[in-house]
Amino acid sequence: MPLSLDSRMPAGPLADKWDKHRFDMKLVNPANKRKYTVLVVGSGLAGASAAASFSEMGYNVRCYCYQDSPRRAHSIAAQGGINAAKNYQNDGDSIQRLFYDTINGGDFRAREANVYRLAQISVRIIDQCVAQGVPFAREYGGLLANRSFGGAQVSRTFYARGQTGQQLLLGAYQALEKEIAKGGVTMYPRAEMLDLIVVNGRARGIVVRDETTGTIEPHLADAVVLATGGYGNVFYLSTNAKGCNTTAIWRSYKRGAAFANPCYTQIHPTCIPVAGEHQSKLTLMSESLRNDGRVWVPKRTDDIAKAPGSIAESDRDYFLERKYPSFGNLSPRDIASRAAKEVCDEGRGVGPGGRGVYLDFADAINRLGENKIRERYGNLFEMYERITDENPYRVPMRIYPAVHYTMGGLWVDYNLMSTIPGLHVAGEANFSDHGANRLGASALMQGLADGYFVLPNTIGDYLASNKLDPVPVDAPEVRAAVADVQARTNRLLSIKGKRTVASFHRELGKIMWEYCGMARDAAGLSKAIELIPRLREEFWAGVNVPGSGSDLNQTLEYAGRVADFLELGELMCRDALHRNESAGGHFRTEYQTPDGEALRNDDEFAYVAAWEYGGEGAAPILNREPLVFENIKLSQRSYK
Amino acid sequence: MNMKLRVWRQSSPDAKGALKEYAATDVSPDMSFLEMLDELNERLMEQGEVAIAFDHDCREGICGSCGVMINGVAHGPMKGTATCQLHMRSFKDGDTIVIEPWRAAAFPVVKDLVVNRGAFDRIIQAGGYVSVATGAAKDANSIPVPKEDSDAAMDAAACIGCGACVAACPNGSASLFTAAKVSHLGLLPQGQPERYRRALKMVAQMDLESFGGCTLFGECMEACPKEISIDFISRMNRDFLVGAATAPMERGGGED
Repeated sequence: MPLSLDSRMPAGPLADKWDKHRFDMKLVNPANKRKYTVLVVGSGLAGASAAASFSEMGYNVRCYCYQDSPRRAHSIAAQGGINAAKNYQNDGDSIQRLFYDTINGGDFRAREANVYRLAQISVRIIDQCVAQGVPFAREYGGLLANRSFGGAQVSRTFYARGQTGQQLLLGAYQALEKEIAKGGVTMYPRAEMLDLIVVNGRARGIVVRDETTGTIEPHLADAVVLATGGYGNVFYLSTNAKGCNTTAIWRSYKRGAAFANPCYTQIHPTCIPVAGEHQSKLTLMSESLRNDGRVWVPKRTDDIAKAPGSIAESDRDYFLERKYPSFGNLSPRDIASRAAKEVCDEGRGVGPGGRGVYLDFADAINRLGENKIRERYGNLFEMYERITDENPYRVPMRIYPAVHYTMGGLWVDYNLMSTIPGLHVAGEANFSDHGANRLGASALMQGLADGYFVLPNTIGDYLASNKLDPVPVDAPEVRAAVADVQARTNRLLSIKGKRTVASFHRELGKIMWEYCGMARDAAGLSKAIELIPRLREEFWAGVNVPGSGSDLNQTLEYAGRVADFLELGELMCRDALHRNESAGGHFRTEYQTPDGEALRNDDEFAYVAAWEYGGEGAAPILNREPLVFENIKLSQRSYK
Repeated sequence: MNMKLRVWRQSSPDAKGALKEYAATDVSPDMSFLEMLDELNERLMEQGEVAIAFDHDCREGICGSCGVMINGVAHGPMKGTATCQLHMRSFKDGDTIVIEPWRAAAFPVVKDLVVNRGAFDRIIQAGGYVSVATGAAKDANSIPVPKEDSDAAMDAAACIGCGACVAACPNGSASLFTAAKVSHLGLLPQGQPERYRRALKMVAQMDLESFGGCTLFGECMEACPKEISIDFISRMNRDFLVGAATAPMERGGGED
């Protein structure tokens, strides 16, 4: 039976949909809220803000994170900023423009109504965060400062030095701790969700492993929210934290939640290039650097080994400025990344292995002085120097694209509910707002919009609209889910093979980067679809997980996550292979314009691909949600 | 490069731990300190041994997960740098490196180099927030904040909660961590209504945990990867005194 992909889109004009919907939704009486329990998995921007807001409203909340404290979630590493249509700069910004930029930036592969709501809510997020004491950058007059970011021609990005994600997360974390102190939220740190419990077709709980004791237990509730982030670590090397994983959403997929657009991956143009085989992760240099840095490579391949300062201005190719004169260095991420790959493929890349381009601040330092640059980007420059041992005030930075964000995720309706009733998904874990490419400073906006403003409204409607009888802890579905997790854990421990978990993860990453990375084609994707199941078999036959399951065993945790990546990688390749077009971060070399830009096929592919688990050994089933554009005219993106 | 490592191994919170010797071979100067440990763990596991447990996550110096004592120095020899951002070029071929967990009564060892820093979360729970419920805020620009105050608040708010300050302090005090949050919020207009009561409650919670007292040694500031200034501790003490002198409530008690 095909899945029902009812987006539950409210009727009426775009600008009124959310208000109308909020009025139409059912409410839970204040006295009844405490009778409901909601589980929130993940404590990043989306999870912490949702958990805190639910508790403020009166619900019983349990929140889970794999780290030792909710404050460590990887939202904390977001550097550049958060967008909001405040138009404080009087530069022509509006809700309509933020909406348009986001749909356009996403290459017309997101739902209009979701994105419009996001733009509407954006202004309230800034208000909320300022009220919490988030120390955003300010002008001397005491009002908030803004900067511009890729894919926009207005200054709508709010920031806190290069640590915007940290400050927003600490705001949400503090709100969460406030609610923990009041008893509204019970926090479970060092706890990992390993399965979803579905009873009578509804999400009624999760199976949790306590990482310090190894105890595996069911946690039952009336609704579940997954805010577990993205799956970029399927590539092994990415800008994600080492612990970021797909397990919660993948296990939910296997319990019946559709996985939407898994192939939409964002490759961020400005990361520090790989230094060697030992590399364990990649470090982003904020996109905000492109406000003042100019990207270039030598015009001639003979010049690549020369000191950059010795290469004459006329021998440099400022390729973003050349190709995209109106957006220049602030072209969207997918476009800037591909342009960098292209010049490196031509043999003009710089640094070890020829996989790097210069990001040069010499002009900005001459124009504004070193102090101004230090004030704007000091901490980023320091970080760069710590990692590379080069001083970017003197020599240009070397950067190269790296996996950064995944636009795909579990399919959700307008209420952020998945295809499993009661299972809600927020932040990067869902697929909802960024289409095929996310614009800079929009991830923080979406995470907080979902957690502070969308879910607190929609969760009540779900709870009030459904009769949810208590689930006994010994219900067969509960026992089965716990037994599955036990069996899987024991199996990982009992293989005692010869290869380490990391060696499998690295190999998977290489396959994904080679065949499902910045440029993809049918032959490569087909090859990956053969290679990955073989690697998966080798993993289950030959992985070595030393230690026991009854105490802190980081290798065991890692093995479970890599096992899930080994399944997800294949689905990503299948999705990329089926989508016979290029859109945003999904670039199929067979589908490009004569000048090398992504060529969409709106007649055949203007839909969300929502994959349904087909069962062990069976192919996944493709379901389509057509994307209807009533307010924006589809066009070829142009940043020229 | 080749190095000798002496690493603290402790199988569980109650087990007796000891330093164990390992050889780190073929270390590249471009490796991060944690990548050096990754490589060692890979080799240990290839020999069927249990990997050395250590906390880490973002590896960009911002999540605060990582942190070990390196030759007796919290986060190692490079100033203003968390363990994950320390690179092996800070060491020489032939060096011996002693790696231990944070040593503090309030941070019990969980396993090997992993400690429990839950006490930090409980200090925040005691008052490290502005009590504003979602949805109640007015327009952001209706609260002007002088740039100097905002910048100073940001200096304090940069704390990553890693615990190096506690580990470095001869008394095992959490004063720098607590003062950073008290100051971040106390410097902003939004934090004023709860300013003194926040200082009282957070200091009281700090005392309830097993942290020692502050005698202004300044070791905390030296170890802090974000170089947070010890001046914030004076600020916290001032707010605490004002709070104690003006608030009628019991220390650590109060309504709620």
